Amino acid sequence: MFNLPEIWVPAASTSASDIDFVYSLIFWIVGFWLLLSEAVFFWLIFRFRRRDGVRTQYITGELKSEKKWITYPHLLVLVCDVFIVVAAVRVWYDVKQALPPAEQTVRLVAQQWAWSFVHPGPDAELDTADDIKTVDELHLRTGTRYHFKLEARDVLHSFSVPAFRLKQDAIPGRVITGWFEPTKPGTYDIQCAEICGIGHALMPARLVVETPEQHAAWMASQAPPVSLAAHAAPRAQE
Amino acid sequence: MATATEVHGAHAPGHHVEESWVRHYLFSTDHKIIAMQYMFSGIFMAVIAGFFAYAFRMQIAFPNADVPFFGLVSPGVYNALITNHGAIMIFWFAMPVLLAAFGNYLIPLMLGADDMVFPRLNRLSYQVFFVSIVVLLASFFVPGGAFGGAWTMYPPLSAKGAYSLTPLGSTLFVSAVGLEFVAFLMGGINFITTAMNSRAPGMKLYDVPLVIWMIVIASVLFMASVGPLIAGAVMLVFDQQVGTAFFDPDRGGDPILWQHLFWFFGHPEVYVVLLPTLGIVAEVITTFARKKMFAYRTVLYTVFGTGVLSFTVWAHHQFVAGIDPRMANIFTITTLLISVPIAEMLFVYIATLYGGSITLSVPMLWALSFIGTFLVGGVTGIFLGASGSDIYLHDTYFVLAHFHYTFFPIAIIGGFAGITYWFPKMFGRMMNETLGKVHFWISIVALNCIWMPLFVLGTAGDHRRIYNYSHFPDLWRPELHNIRVFATVATVVFFLAQILFFYNFFRSMFRGPHAEKNPWRANTLEWTTESPPPHGNWPPDAMPSVYRGPYEYGHPDRKDDFWPQNVPA
Amino acid sequence: MSARPIATTRSAAGMPTGRLAVWWLVASEVVIFGGLLASYIMFRLAHDAFGEQAAHTNTWIGAFNTLVLLTSSLSAVLAHQAAERGDGPKAARLLWVTILGGATFLVVKAFEWTSEIQHGFTISSNTFWSFYYTAAGLHASHVLAGAIAMAFVAKDAAMNRDLHRVELVGIYWHFVDVVWIFLFPLLYIAK
Repeated sequence: MFNLPEIWVPAASTSASDIDFVYSLIFWIVGFWLLLSEAVFFWLIFRFRRRDGVRTQYITGELKSEKKWITYPHLLVLVCDVFIVVAAVRVWYDVKQALPPAEQTVRLVAQQWAWSFVHPGPDAELDTADDIKTVDELHLRTGTRYHFKLEARDVLHSFSVPAFRLKQDAIPGRVITGWFEPTKPGTYDIQCAEICGIGHALMPARLVVETPEQHAAWMASQAPPVSLAAHAAPRAQE
Repeated sequence: MATATEVHGAHAPGHHVEESWVRHYLFSTDHKIIAMQYMFSGIFMAVIAGFFAYAFRMQIAFPNADVPFFGLVSPGVYNALITNHGAIMIFWFAMPVLLAAFGNYLIPLMLGADDMVFPRLNRLSYQVFFVSIVVLLASFFVPGGAFGGAWTMYPPLSAKGAYSLTPLGSTLFVSAVGLEFVAFLMGGINFITTAMNSRAPGMKLYDVPLVIWMIVIASVLFMASVGPLIAGAVMLVFDQQVGTAFFDPDRGGDPILWQHLFWFFGHPEVYVVLLPTLGIVAEVITTFARKKMFAYRTVLYTVFGTGVLSFTVWAHHQFVAGIDPRMANIFTITTLLISVPIAEMLFVYIATLYGGSITLSVPMLWALSFIGTFLVGGVTGIFLGASGSDIYLHDTYFVLAHFHYTFFPIAIIGGFAGITYWFPKMFGRMMNETLGKVHFWISIVALNCIWMPLFVLGTAGDHRRIYNYSHFPDLWRPELHNIRVFATVATVVFFLAQILFFYNFFRSMFRGPHAEKNPWRANTLEWTTESPPPHGNWPPDAMPSVYRGPYEYGHPDRKDDFWPQNVPA
Repeated sequence: MSARPIATTRSAAGMPTGRLAVWWLVASEVVIFGGLLASYIMFRLAHDAFGEQAAHTNTWIGAFNTLVLLTSSLSAVLAHQAAERGDGPKAARLLWVTILGGATFLVVKAFEWTSEIQHGFTISSNTFWSFYYTAAGLHASHVLAGAIAMAFVAKDAAMNRDLHRVELVGIYWHFVDVVWIFLFPLLYIAK
């Protein structure tokens, strides 16, 4: 009832169900108004079709008794809008304004026409020697809250993951921070959601959400053999 | 009656001068001819933009197959097709037909005037508009090809040839849009001054037909909102050609500034095109329901309110664009607030039907279907105006379906309502009702088959401006692709159905039965003169005076169910 | 060439049509300049570096040009008064004084810009100068257009024709002046 988008697309992040709730709430409320208005509309066309000998009524719409048919419904519309605003603003705050503390940070870089990702690696810190850099494939762990740092190298792009219900435009010259927490293992589309030139449809990427064990195994398979000396080396500048 | 020379200022008002064919049709200052120039230009451009839609829908449905009558649609060509489809439909179809054509045609006629106040400025506005068309079409043929960065022209993509790969096309595109803006600013001068000053004797402001009010308010909205974008367009062209960095983040510029300048105009713009159609629909439903408009003043005040509010909602197009997230809440509130007067207006229109005597003529079918389809567009806007759900739905086909459920009713349905209603007056002939009804039913069914399923595709994650979904495993599923193919088939059906309209339109223009002055038995002043009206609209000594409002249908004191405005009490 | 329509002679709103039209023109230009200047102000507030660049504009030249434009607006007002009294030739002379003021403004600006460009401050030097040349350039093009329109009106006024247009072109000229009143502090004084 309140997670309608899941009919077509899985929910794989903690925010997905919140956003699906807003979508579904709106669906039921506006659906009611749409059906009611259309029903009244079609009924009136039928009821007042031209018939011989029946004259039209002279109704100005200025009388209170007439106006109330408009005033009451449109006040009710306003009330419904208030419910929707409250629901939407709450979810917006949670997803876009608040930045809850995160365990790890990933860097997402968009350019014409590919995605590159920087994972923090086994030491769970970004911008260190053991960072794992990939192109067009992002690996995340379930149950971990991440911050993301989103950048664009040239024109506007947009990081979009339907399974997370997440979208954020990437602006060249800026680093934009956000958060997400994956919940459901699987492989999902990453899209660029802002037209970025002729290769706009040619920069799909894949999001691989893994259990912690799977994720650790992936990291191990990525990292080059690491000597103790490398661990002892001074950390790269932030 | 004819004089060979003109002494400046010496003509009596309304004095007629013989004109050659060229003078009459190409360089006329007669508001009716200028209206036709805008109308035919707009329809011509709509056919082009519609053909583009056919081509890009075929590419989506059958990726990388040759599109019949077009050829291969490569990624770059696809982007150019969608970009120019959108821009043409808004700037070179909806505005010229709804605002310029109907505005020019109806304002003097419905106000009882013989022409616009500044006929030569009026002609100049069309000439500038014509140049804008030439510039836009030229952009298709220059090296690098047509601009493909979406009708919204966001920089840095639009500002640097290295990014867009269309350095010349980009500048021509922006320049064409700028010229169109200038043409409409010029046109607005005539609309405002004629509506305010040239009303027939006795016509008070509340006796003015709603369509005229709507067109005038739309002109004001346009004028008040387009200025910053004109400034922005100058800045963008300078970035493209002169080496400035207004929008170049590498050199201290801000791409988001463009977005604000664009959408500050872009949102009021949708009301600029909505208002004339609301006006057309008001005229048609009152005439064919034989019914007084419900709460005329409420409609007016609601329109004023909507117009003012429309300047406060623009950043709902930019929720995830990188604006300060706190700002988003303000715009969610204002956007949902604006749904209230719009809903009120639609309720008033529906209430007008109550107690009426409805004839489902072709214009009435179109006008009623405007209400039925625009309701869908209106309610689906809520999903996008609510910031929480827009995080997901932004840049998906949900947006496309929403705005086509508003723009299609506005431009296509409203356009057909107006054309079929005023055709007898414009051309002195009647259109064929049966052909009109067949055209209507096929078009309406097809349009809903195109757009309703696209809400599903958007919810499923289909993002915009993608020439080939086979690259996206989550989207390349039969249950989704079947919907894409279905929508494309419906698109083709819709186009083919328009052949019926063009056949009806042109055949009736030359061979249709002759129309009398007032075939629809309507009240407004344009129906008191010949079909088509002569130059000067009425004999100079027989200009109409007005004694009442425009919607006195079904008045209890009258034998007839209508009471024209110009009949003395 | 069609005759003047009956529509032009009516005045249901009580305001002469020409005046309505000029105010509409002024309103649309206000929004254009408003958008450009608002963008400039937003940039200026966000980038301190602008202030350093603005130090290189010549406040004295800006002040001189301001004086020239204000004086020309005065002569435009006097021209209107003469036109109201029916004295076409006097109105025309005062309009030519206004045009002279506009021409002076443009000549001074030409020298100013030449000097700045020679010092290396071009439109693409940085965003401050981009705004400087764009805003002042747009304004200057309106001064030029206004001066040309005024010349046509002056020509007619000298023969006591269409004297009502003296007021109309004056309204436009005052608008051009007011834009400069905003530009001057933004480009020359705020340093």
